[in-house]
Formats: sequence, C-alpha cells, structure tokens
Amino acid sequence: MTEALLKVENLRIELTTRAGVAPVIDNLSFELGHGENISFVGESGCGKSMTALAIMGLLPEGVGRVASGRILFEGEDLTAASDSRLRDIRGNEISMIFQEPMTSLNPVYTVGEQIAEVLRAHQGLSARAARDMAADLLDAVRIPNARARAGDYPFQMSGGQRQRVMIAMALACRPKILIADEPTTALDVTVQAQIFDLLRDLRRDTGTSIILITHDMGAVAEMAERMIVMYAGRNAEIGPVEQIIDHPRHPYTKGLISCVPHIMATLTEDRPDLTEVPGIVPGLREFGQDRCLFASRCAYRTEQCLRQRPPAMAFDNGQLADCWHAETL
Amino acid sequence: MTDRPLLDVENLTVRFAVRRGGVFGRKQFLDAVDGVSFALARGETLAIVGESGSGKTTTALAVARLVAAHSGRVELDGADILGLEGEALRQVRRKVQFIFQDPYSSLNPRQRAEDVVREPLLSLTDMPRDEQQKVIDELFVQVGLRPEQKRLFPHQFSGGQRQRIGIARALATRPELIICDEPVSALDVAVQAQILNLLRRLQKEFGLTYLFISHDLGVVQHMCDSIAVMYMGRIVEHGPRLSLFNNPLHPYTAALLSAVPSVDKARRAATRRILIPGDPPDPVNLPPGCRFANRCPVAQPQCREAEPELRTVAGGQRVACHLVKEDGTAPL
Repeated sequence: MTEALLKVENLRIELTTRAGVAPVIDNLSFELGHGENISFVGESGCGKSMTALAIMGLLPEGVGRVASGRILFEGEDLTAASDSRLRDIRGNEISMIFQEPMTSLNPVYTVGEQIAEVLRAHQGLSARAARDMAADLLDAVRIPNARARAGDYPFQMSGGQRQRVMIAMALACRPKILIADEPTTALDVTVQAQIFDLLRDLRRDTGTSIILITHDMGAVAEMAERMIVMYAGRNAEIGPVEQIIDHPRHPYTKGLISCVPHIMATLTEDRPDLTEVPGIVPGLREFGQDRCLFASRCAYRTEQCLRQRPPAMAFDNGQLADCWHAETL
Repeated sequence: MTDRPLLDVENLTVRFAVRRGGVFGRKQFLDAVDGVSFALARGETLAIVGESGSGKTTTALAVARLVAAHSGRVELDGADILGLEGEALRQVRRKVQFIFQDPYSSLNPRQRAEDVVREPLLSLTDMPRDEQQKVIDELFVQVGLRPEQKRLFPHQFSGGQRQRIGIARALATRPELIICDEPVSALDVAVQAQILNLLRRLQKEFGLTYLFISHDLGVVQHMCDSIAVMYMGRIVEHGPRLSLFNNPLHPYTAALLSAVPSVDKARRAATRRILIPGDPPDPVNLPPGCRFANRCPVAQPQCREAEPELRTVAGGQRVACHLVKEDGTAPL
C-alpha cells in the first residue's frame, strides 16, 4: 500500500479563550491520498476551517496551538516544522482558497501582480517571467482575454472571476494539496457549477488532491470520494460519500442530509415537513466534555450518551461513526 | 369576488439613474426591474428566483413600497397601492410586511426583543398598550420563543432565534402578504429547516400569502406553489412548481436547474449540465433582442434581433423565448 499524502493523527487543537482552554479540534484522525478529493461537512463552529488552518500552519498566533497529535505531510510532521520550513510548504506544496473572494485579494494591486508575487516569492522567478506565467495561469482558470485582464484590479472583476483569480494564485506553484474553504458560498449557483468544473478539471490534469470544506451535501456528492462529518470539534462520521448518503450511521449526518429540501429526480405534490435538528451547535465552553456533544439535539439519546464520549465504531464498508447507537441506526 | 388575486403586479418598472465616468459623466438609466407582471392568489406562495443582479429583491422592495417604482401598477386586493400617501399608505403597510435576509443587521441592537416586535404596532396601528402586550405574548409563543426572552437584546440570541424575532415582527400587524427576502440564506443548514417549517406552519395557521425571494432552488421547490424566474430585470419563465421543475422551458431555467448539485444519485445521472459561459450583458447598454442570447446555448439569429415577449404556452406556463413552441416544447 502506498503511503498517504497527508496523514492527520489524533490531532488536538486548543484555543485559549476568556473562559479557559477549549479543544476546538478533539482527537481528529484522517488520511488524504494522492489525487483524492475529501470533503469536510458540518455547521459553522464545528472546527472545519480550524482543521484547514492547522494543516496550513496558520492557527491564530498566541490563541490557538496544536496540543497533541501529528500532521504528517509526505512523512514529515508539520506540527514540529520550523516557521521557515512551513513558509516553504505553504504555497509550494499545500495552498488554500478562501471563502470570500472579495476580501482575500488586495484591492490596491492588480490581480496579475498578486499572482506574480507568489511566483517570485516561492519559485524565484524574475519579474518578467512571473508576469508571463501569471497571465498563463489566468488563462488556465478560463478568464477570457487573460493577458489584458491581468492588469485589472479586483474591483473590476465579478465574484466568480475573483474566485478564479484566487484559484490561479493557489495553483501557481502546482501544489500537491489544495484546500478550498467554502469556495462557492458567496457565488451564484451557475458560477458555483463553473468553479466546481474547473476544480475537477484541474485535479484531473495536475493530480492535485483537494480538501473541500462545505456545508452543502449536494456539493459533497458531486465533488468528493470521501467525507468527514464534524461536530463540535470531533469526528462524527467518516467514510465514502455514496455510502454515507445512502446509509448514514451517525444521527447528525442523518440530520444534515434530511434537513435540507433537495431537488430530486422527479418532484411530486408531496411535500412533508423537513426533519428538524433542534437547537444549535454548543458553545466552546462545552467542547471537550466526556459525553456525546450531539446528545442534546439527538432523537436517539440514551443515558449512556450523556455519561461517556462515544468511541469510533468501525463498519466493514469503511464507514466510521462516533456514536453509541451507530450499529442500530 | 373570491378568485381575484391578492396581489396583482402589472408592468412594474423600477429605474435607477447611474452616472458613468465620474461626477460629470452622462446620466443614464438602468431598469433594474423592467416590465414585470405576475399575480399571486391568497394563501399561496410565489417564489422569485434568479441570480444576483436579476432584480428579484428590487421587485420585492417595490411591491412593499420600499423603493419607488418608475411605472406600472401594484394592486393589493384590487386597489393600486403605488400612488398612496399618508394615512392610506400606513393602512397598506399593515397588510404588507417584510422578513429580511440578514437577522443580524435587521434588528435594532438597542431594542429589547419585545420592543422590536412592538414597533410595527406603534407605528402602524392605534392599539392600546395592554392589548399590544397581549399580541406580543401570543406572537412569542407562535414563533417558538420563550416568554422570558422578551426582555433580552438581539445580541443575546442565535441567528435562528433572531430570525424568529423578525418573523414575529412581520406578523404583528396581522398582515395578509408577507415578503420573505432570502429568509434563511444567512442561517446554518440545520437552523434553516427550523425556520422553513415555522414559515409553513404560520402560513397554514393564518392563511398568509408569501412572496418568497430566494436563489436556493431546493428551498424554493419545497416552499412555493409557483415560481417566477428573473434574468436581467425581466421574468423569463413563470409557472406552477411541478411543471417548472420537471419541465423547464426557458434555456436559462434549464441551465439554472442543471447547475444545482444534488445528493440524489438518480437526479445526478439524469441531469445533463447545461453550460452558460460568460457574463450577463451591461444593464445600461442592453443589446437588442433577447437579454440571454449571448450566453444561450441554442440562440438563433432571430434571438439577437427581437426581444421575446412573455407569453402563455400550452400547459399554462408563461415563458419569454422565441424557441419554445406553442405546444410547450422546450428548445433544450
């Protein structure tokens, strides 16, 4: 068996808040293979973005830290790497696109200059070579008339085009892993479909592995092979996408799928009420307690759920669910 | 007469003046809503869908008299409300209320929850104080908030709870028409379901009529009886829920539906993605002909010459496309 590209082992990230130290990521383990697309799903405040920042070595300084566990990238432990080594890896090997294409670009530089800066810093290209390459990259993300548009400022572009610029920048150094943190939430659905097409093509052409962070189960089903459902900093369920959608083993996964009105192949007159997941994600204060953190919102709750944190239950088909009742679900 | 629609919008146009090229630039006009007509029966829900910039929110604001219409008619229960002023307008505002998209910025942070809900009673009715309190108490129960939460300030609530306060405020004057402008798009998925179920329950309970603005087609198919699709300020297709979703006629509707990612394996297998490359045209200098022609995968020469009228085809759907046949066959 070949070694996984990225291997996260028992990761625990602690955030220092006024109320004390809270584990925002609590014992998370997963692997990402070469050319694989894995997806993180969950509501806001469940630790999806925090996991991404940890992999990038971009945890908020002085507030967040890796308390235990390892992040192995090609066998190298990133949690022990020096700052300069991390700077090397970021952009070159692992890069990230953010949710808000409006605020992630610098408004006072042209998009061409911003892409060229990445190339000059990481690949040591000359200013002219970097500028040429920036235009090629804009062309690769299908911005029409790329050479001229490289001289545009971010405000001269539409939301979809800005997100393409972000992707061009993230791909400038041909990274092995691309982390996309809700890349399409601010975009219209037809533009979202174009961005997804683009990511799919890039992955096919360059073999880049993709970590997609989203809350849209539809997007997961279209884009990823495996998904990780996170709840309150913990793994709720992990496994192959098709299987989990057909038969979720964790009540939270089940809730996430059935609480959204999906467009099905054939619609009928029948429109039953949506299944509600009552309540909201618990606050940081409750993170790390030795019980199932989802119990307060769960219909399957028993005495045991409130007493002890559920271990991961493994199934033969590769699904892994952290629930006391996973087998009966 | 009972079959008169509650809301009848005819040829509504909203025009904004824009200046190109700085302060001294030439003044030009942008019709954000351009000759939009639709009717909405009492107790039903009509969705207006479309992408950002299509004019769906502006249409809703004009119907609620929150932006000025340039021309057209908006009839509520048979009476045109566009020309009303003063006390007559105040009476209409009681009947038409609004639920806003962002539950964070649409509540006054200095007002307690009960005062937020009281506001429309103070400004739009002459209800005595003790009766107001009774109405507020009832509303809190109806939208699923606890009585002791009345004294709290907006920042002490979660996003979903704030939206419940917004809904209670919209219900306070017992309106007939509620305009919901993306009421759940700022909320987490699990909370969305709670609010959507609440809106449906309230509609049944009070016989409310909803004008529902959304870009989320999954939510729209769940909530609405009929759907109007807008593109560049115009309605391009309007029809009942089942026919529009199962048999979209306009190429833009088809493209929009095909772009929605789905968890349903059968739907993913059956859907052929329809690509619409490029961007919409400049709304100030519109090209002649169909506004969608430059992105339409089946556009013909005639589409670039004459603008298609919105017409009714067999099956009752209204569609603005030259290529849809009278018997309701789609070009795609």
